Amino acid sequence: MALLVDKLRPRSLEALSYHHELSARLKSLAQSGDFPHLLMYGPSGAGKKTRTIATLKELYGAGVEKIKIDARVYQTTSNRKLEFNIVSSVYHLEITPSDVGNYDRVVVQELLKEIAQTQQVDLSAKQRFKVVVINEADHLSRDAQAALRRTMEKYSPNLRLILLANSTSNIIAPIRSRTLLVRVAAPTEDQICSVLSAAGKREGWPEAPGLNKKIAKESGRNLRRALLMFEAIYAQSEKVTENTPIPPPDWEVLISITADEILAERSPARLLQVRARLYDLLTHCIPPTTILKTLTFKLIAKVDDALKPDVIKWSAFYEHRVTQGSKVIFHLEAFVAKFMRIYESYLMGMDF
Amino acid sequence: MAANFFSNKARAAAAAASSGSKQKPTDGKEEHAQQQPWVEKYRPKTLDDVAAQDHTTNVLQRTLQASNLPHMLFYGPPGTGKTSTILALAKSLFGPALYRSRILELNASDERGIAIVREKVKDFARVQLSHPTGVDKSYFEKYPCPPFKIIILDEADSMTQDAQSALRRTMETYSKITRFCLVCNYVTRIIEPLASRCSKFRFKPLDNSAAGDRLAQIAKLENLELEDGVVDKLIQCSDGDLRRAITYMQSGARLVGATGNSGRQDGGEDAEMTDASSQVITVRMVEEIAGVIPESVLDQLVQAMQPKKIGSSYEAVSKVTTDIVADGWSATQLLAQLYRRVVYNDAIPDIQKNKIVMVFSEMDKRLVDGADEHLSILDVALKISGILGGA
Repeated sequence: MALLVDKLRPRSLEALSYHHELSARLKSLAQSGDFPHLLMYGPSGAGKKTRTIATLKELYGAGVEKIKIDARVYQTTSNRKLEFNIVSSVYHLEITPSDVGNYDRVVVQELLKEIAQTQQVDLSAKQRFKVVVINEADHLSRDAQAALRRTMEKYSPNLRLILLANSTSNIIAPIRSRTLLVRVAAPTEDQICSVLSAAGKREGWPEAPGLNKKIAKESGRNLRRALLMFEAIYAQSEKVTENTPIPPPDWEVLISITADEILAERSPARLLQVRARLYDLLTHCIPPTTILKTLTFKLIAKVDDALKPDVIKWSAFYEHRVTQGSKVIFHLEAFVAKFMRIYESYLMGMDF
Repeated sequence: MAANFFSNKARAAAAAASSGSKQKPTDGKEEHAQQQPWVEKYRPKTLDDVAAQDHTTNVLQRTLQASNLPHMLFYGPPGTGKTSTILALAKSLFGPALYRSRILELNASDERGIAIVREKVKDFARVQLSHPTGVDKSYFEKYPCPPFKIIILDEADSMTQDAQSALRRTMETYSKITRFCLVCNYVTRIIEPLASRCSKFRFKPLDNSAAGDRLAQIAKLENLELEDGVVDKLIQCSDGDLRRAITYMQSGARLVGATGNSGRQDGGEDAEMTDASSQVITVRMVEEIAGVIPESVLDQLVQAMQPKKIGSSYEAVSKVTTDIVADGWSATQLLAQLYRRVVYNDAIPDIQKNKIVMVFSEMDKRLVDGADEHLSILDVALKISGILGGA
């Protein structure tokens, strides 16, 4: 049985339930026969991928839904072999170059050129070009992005790119200037509510508008998360009412407990305890940025207003360090220690 | 190697041409031109067409007459016409018949490690010139066809140091029959020995009038109707990057074309085209395409940052930033626009501006390093708020 998120994923541009203006625009782009390179950006769970697939369907018809997974092997200049997975249909390919880490440049160069130099084989195809969807484009290395530049111009008759990214900050300017930027904003809470109630109706679940609203708020305007939470609630409890508690994810509970511990006692012994918890989270593959961010917002809720800017300052500081450094635990711990210190000195009313 | 390279290219071109003619023998070419991005379509064909780089084009024009060329290094910000210039120069030097055999164009999308420099570039550089066959005398009157080949290394700043140093001797040894042209954004990334072998040409960002003329010209050729101020807005959004401005304009044209034919669907292909061109591109549309954050959102943020009783600004700021992040606005864009707002605001004393600018610098670095956008924006906003409050 598929999850709600997959089962109810809209398959065509008409079926999308919000941002109708954007859908209309994508549709007209797809119909005009003059399809540009796209750069879709927006927070996760806003519907970038869904829109991309729907757009592809608009471009090529139902053929894009027949997909297969290929494993290709690429060789770097230093003779290292890279295995790389490609999801493809006759008309499009979908790649996640960040899978191969530093070697993404090799893959981007080889693969795109190979595609760009071959013509569309299927004469009955609606478009002459193939589309390559690049996931997590903001994680592409500088080299790989530089490699994209000229390819995008030179092979434009045979190839269109759709880049998916969370933010345009890490995309180099030359790429941005060659693509049409499409911003996909997260759905508002009302929009999430309506999606949830529609989903509930389809499944034949009893409706609880108050609960929907709560879920929408909890999800942080992330539709995927909202749907997963929605399904989890209905799966876990027999009878769902307005007041059914929303079970937060395990890791969030753990971080919440950690935050309380930090606030309760500020001492080296406690730091050691917190460290064990942080390790626990890390070994369960929770991204360090998420840990730090969640921890910060849990702590912020419980400290005085005067202290808040300071906490944010150090949180941002150590988050930057996390992305720069190699050993994550140092920076997480440093943040905790720093927080304990500023909190303590605030309580004592002096600097030290 | 080199022969292989060329035959490949030629084959691909031939394949493209043949399949194009197979599908639609009559309008194949036309369709191709229509699908081309305007950036390619309106790429300058001759040196005179290159917009607003008078100094460079003058010098090159002279070398064109003298049929002699130094090694060249073009540098400047993106979208100022570096690649266009060298391509236009090459075309007017050699003409279509000899272009293939005399030009080697390599860019970052080609593998350019030290091995390539040693093999492909060296092989091409080493090949002696043969007397061109199959062209008549009038061709030579039209194109000078000087006795050397040109190797264009586009985006040379992404070449490795090793690859660059491998070029050094090659450049000198074969200088009789080969000229190099390096094109890059950052001249500092080119190693000194290479830079000193080339005559440097700096491409300045386009000034507004030149870019505006070019945009208006393209709009006229494409039968676009622009609202008043659209050209200015395009230039403002693109920061002197003409390519970006043209891309934005084309995107805008696609959008209005689209709304036109969804209105009435009875028309055929031709009706659609005329429909497309009769719509007007508005300023707001350009802003949306360029990803510019609306003033109203910025107003909210600035409003939230105003110091009240200390501490209470947190709630307001955090609410606004959460919305900004959820709406998917890019943090760098926000930073740039906020910067303009704050720095040109005369109500803020200079001493505070100094501090605020430091905050911006720090945050830009963090964003480039890939730090979390939400935390970064929140931090900037709170710091500025603190500084404004005199803390």
